[in-house]
Amino acid sequence: MRMFKLNLSLILILVVCALGVVSVQHEARKLKMALENEKKITRNLEVEWGRLQLEQSTLIARRHIENAAIEQLNMEVPSANHVQIISAGKLNDSQWAELEHAEKF
Amino acid sequence: MLKNFDSKTLQIKLRPGRSTFLFGLLILGLTGLVARAAYLQGMHNDFLRQEGEARYSRVIEMNADRGMIVDRNGEILAISSPVASVYADPKLVKISPTQLEQLSRLLEMEKAEVEKRIYRKQGRFVYLKRQIVPELAEQIKALNIPGIAFETEFKRYYPEGEGAAHVVGFTDINDQGQEGIERGWNNVLAGEVGSRRVIKDNKGRIIEDVEKIRNPKPGRDIVLSLDRRIQHIAHRELRKAVAIHKAKAGSIVVLDAQTGEVLGLTNFPVYNPNSRSSINSERIRNRALIDSFEPGSTLKPFPIAMAIETGHVNPDTVLQTAPGTFKVGRSTIRDVSNKGLLSVAEILQVSSNVGTAKIALSMQPQTLWQIYNNVGFGASIGTGFPGEANGLLRPYNKWRPIELATMSFGHGISVTLAQLARAYTIFTTGGELKPVTLEKQLFPVMGRRVISSETALAITQMLEMATQSGGTAPLAQVNGYRVAGKTGTAHKLIDGKYAKNRYLSSFVGYAPASRPRLIIAVILDEPAAGKYFGGAVAAPVFSRVMEGALRILNVPHDAPVNNVVTFPSLLATGAEG
Repeated sequence: MRMFKLNLSLILILVVCALGVVSVQHEARKLKMALENEKKITRNLEVEWGRLQLEQSTLIARRHIENAAIEQLNMEVPSANHVQIISAGKLNDSQWAELEHAEKF
Repeated sequence: MLKNFDSKTLQIKLRPGRSTFLFGLLILGLTGLVARAAYLQGMHNDFLRQEGEARYSRVIEMNADRGMIVDRNGEILAISSPVASVYADPKLVKISPTQLEQLSRLLEMEKAEVEKRIYRKQGRFVYLKRQIVPELAEQIKALNIPGIAFETEFKRYYPEGEGAAHVVGFTDINDQGQEGIERGWNNVLAGEVGSRRVIKDNKGRIIEDVEKIRNPKPGRDIVLSLDRRIQHIAHRELRKAVAIHKAKAGSIVVLDAQTGEVLGLTNFPVYNPNSRSSINSERIRNRALIDSFEPGSTLKPFPIAMAIETGHVNPDTVLQTAPGTFKVGRSTIRDVSNKGLLSVAEILQVSSNVGTAKIALSMQPQTLWQIYNNVGFGASIGTGFPGEANGLLRPYNKWRPIELATMSFGHGISVTLAQLARAYTIFTTGGELKPVTLEKQLFPVMGRRVISSETALAITQMLEMATQSGGTAPLAQVNGYRVAGKTGTAHKLIDGKYAKNRYLSSFVGYAPASRPRLIIAVILDEPAAGKYFGGAVAAPVFSRVMEGALRILNVPHDAPVNNVVTFPSLLATGAEG
């Protein structure tokens, strides 16, 4: 009789564990699906980002801006006589180097 | 066993051995089955599971995007964007006449052509049209025609269009680089497609990763040394100049005078990389890098620098150039006019062939060869650009005396425009030859010392005189800056002979002379609108590109504004060698 009870309880535990495995696997697959979905969205956003970058860089093409400025807005490049260059005092050589370094980045 | 059977009718006498044999056979069979079952269940498990998975697992590709090409400030010069390709499976296509009508209208193809493709007999895959914009693909999808499907492909776009075409190059329809950086750096840009095995459910959704077969390696972005703004100015001015002077072709190279980076490089004729139909072999040539030519007078500063360096002359040494001709062996070297007594500085200023030849003849051939070799003539400049030319510098022991003379003013030697521009770095860096790069340099690259900084300074002063009154190139002046440079006008070499009325007009110079930031080299091939002297054709182009580029880089003035003086009469007589 005691043996039978032990067996019964072991069987019950076994069934519960088996059901647990099944449900966890199901859960895992659902999460995986969600993850794949998010990855797809990421990918689409990357593609969209690329497209927007392309659009931006097409819009800022110098030839378009130049045409718009000169033909539509009647603007012109100021001649050197009309440009005043302001420098921050006299620069020594190391300051020059620093400035040039900064310009590169 | 059957011995005890009672029924008389079935009482057949069996031989005892036979029944035992049968029984044994049955037991053997049973054991076999049990063993097989145990083997399948226990030991052969993995294989079977694999086979099971294979029924619903799929290998899918993991894309590796082609890297972008950007300029030194991160502005895009080439980028991939998704497009759709429409294909049909002729076995599955069911299409009504109205649908066919709509389809051919959307695809902008003849109805007959569409029909021919979708009803093709052999094969189950035929492209209707490749690389259409995604919006159009959506419209076609909406027609809902069975047997017609889409795949995503990536197309290369070049926002700068023809402006940067020769440097950037282009790819073919399968995304393989065909020219320029796209070709030379194809391996870096392309990356590697990866793949993985996954399990999909009945709706085609991925529910489990089985294994990664290969990790995808995305393509790397390439940062060029080009500055898109300077590139644009160079391209615009070259186009204008080619049109005005009715030239056959032309090139401009803009270098950073301190680092040797290529900030701008443009040629004409050119193509639009966004439309493949504009591409042909003439337009594809990146002349500045792959065509070599006899440069003429733009080489004169080098023998003179070497003569000063080795102590043969100093800038104030006076030489007799009268009567404007000079016999070497059986050949005669000519100046445009008789200029009499000239100092070395003036020889460079007015570009006297006779003077330069006399200086060269006072040196050993080896000495002249050495400077040309040391500034990189006759060897590839090593940017990695496909098809880069070496030019031609023959060994000095094969030179005849006349060649020593002509080589000093740039004949009998051929160089590319990029080599020529690079050679001038020895004057802008105080004597060091810098490597030329198309990629942005992250660290300053060491140069190789060719001449002393004193000599470099002396040559800069002479070259500055060349752009001032009395020089050959007053039109190269830039308002507000001191400019140094040298003109060149060379008869074109056609089939081994110098063509009489065909010229290469060039100018190489740098500014601001007090602290050089840019070297610009300009060449126009066969200007046919009357003018052909480098000082009249190429120098003004140099001036405009330099002016715009210095403004963009916010370079402070090193001369009072209104410093530009021109002497039109001088250009009319043509003070050119």
